[in-house]
Amino acid sequence: MCDQTFLAITFGPCDSCSENRPLMNLYIKTEPINYCSLCMEIMACQGLASGETLKSLKAESETLRKKLEEERKKLHDVELEKVAEKAEALGELNMKTRRTLKGHGNKVLCMDWCKDKRRIVSSSQDGKVIVWDAFTTNKEHAVTMPTTWVMACAYAPSGCAIACGGLDNKCSVYPLSLDKDENLAAKKKSVAMHTNYLSGCTFTNSDMQILTSSGDGTSALWDVESGQLLQSFHGHSADVLTLDLAPSETGNTFVSGGSDKKANVWDLRSGQNVQSFDTHDSDINCVKYYPSGDAFASASDDSTCRLFDLRADREVSIYSKDSIMFGAASVDFSLSGRLLFAGYNDYTINVWDVLKGTRVAILFGHENRVSSLRVSPDGTAFCSGSWDNTLRIWA
Amino acid sequence: KKENMTSNSNVSNMRRLVEQLKLEASLERIKVSQAAAELQQYCHQNAAKDALLVGVPAGSNPFREPRSCNLF
Repeated sequence: MCDQTFLAITFGPCDSCSENRPLMNLYIKTEPINYCSLCMEIMACQGLASGETLKSLKAESETLRKKLEEERKKLHDVELEKVAEKAEALGELNMKTRRTLKGHGNKVLCMDWCKDKRRIVSSSQDGKVIVWDAFTTNKEHAVTMPTTWVMACAYAPSGCAIACGGLDNKCSVYPLSLDKDENLAAKKKSVAMHTNYLSGCTFTNSDMQILTSSGDGTSALWDVESGQLLQSFHGHSADVLTLDLAPSETGNTFVSGGSDKKANVWDLRSGQNVQSFDTHDSDINCVKYYPSGDAFASASDDSTCRLFDLRADREVSIYSKDSIMFGAASVDFSLSGRLLFAGYNDYTINVWDVLKGTRVAILFGHENRVSSLRVSPDGTAFCSGSWDNTLRIWA
Repeated sequence: KKENMTSNSNVSNMRRLVEQLKLEASLERIKVSQAAAELQQYCHQNAAKDALLVGVPAGSNPFREPRSCNLF
């Protein structure tokens, strides 16, 4: 009946498990059913095929695991460092702090660059979210969130909005206007709702969709306009701490890392976990795609950063030193992918040669943990945010 | 009836796991030597544009300039 309008429920009690969760609205023979995303997945797997028992399924899973291990081993014919011996050695890097952004009253937890390569959004423990002009160090916008520990923030591709969230379990979008006196908080729009803290958020290719990761163990894709849950990603067995979207040329996938020490690669459309890597010994705090999209790097509490190649389906390099004993919190690649910048809990930033696996520089300056690190969109500089309440631009 | 429900969910979970493993096993993989060569090639092809790697001519990196002063 085209002239009927009805409200689709986007959050509430699931018809199956009764938990209050974001709901997927589906129809079975014209009957509307509101299931949470986990129950929907389980529903698709219900019932045994003929001849299957719990025991046979267990045996099948063991055989499959063994097969996976064998397949991966067969292809491990050489180490990346060996192949990279022929690569040119890197010259001396001359990088130092060029700007210091002061203004946060507490720990900086997250930051993101605008596509215009000069603006930056940062969020902190005291609930403040600030938009800066990194060239001049001026603050352009500031908003105080009704929550502390704003662990995630992101700039929209258009540069006209920012998204942020944290202990409020939500991701909210604030449209930015040219009017500096405008009350940002009044235009706030709640988009994502999780059942635990928001650890990461990013816009997809447009301002219309947001991808979030949460302490509730899931990641999710949301429509900004309606707040509707579009797709949910289940597979981590503990908090999801980080996510990164694949570069747009390589297709619709993203990678997430969690407290379960796993890094998972997901298909955005189907919600499927297409690849999984579990070589880290502790929480994965940050994951970032290599610029070509064929690999990604991770930073972990086990004090190492690692490189995983997606087409070889394995870890191909590990960036570590006995002298580095503190967790790595954040990583990003330089434009060509040759350098990996990593921020650590011992207040330093280490610069690694991605191919040769060696450290090429240590950058000092921050007076507390480096919590967030991103290279600018055109690769001319990178920004680091720290628990010392400041952000630094390095070039 | 409750026992039936838990064993049903155990079965569902096992089936999900088996389906997941089947998916991962069916992935087409390439040798590390080939993957490594392609990563290296990408680095090489883009090195010249990587300002943090090779530096840029003086004056063209806005962050290496001192902050602009507006004189009115």
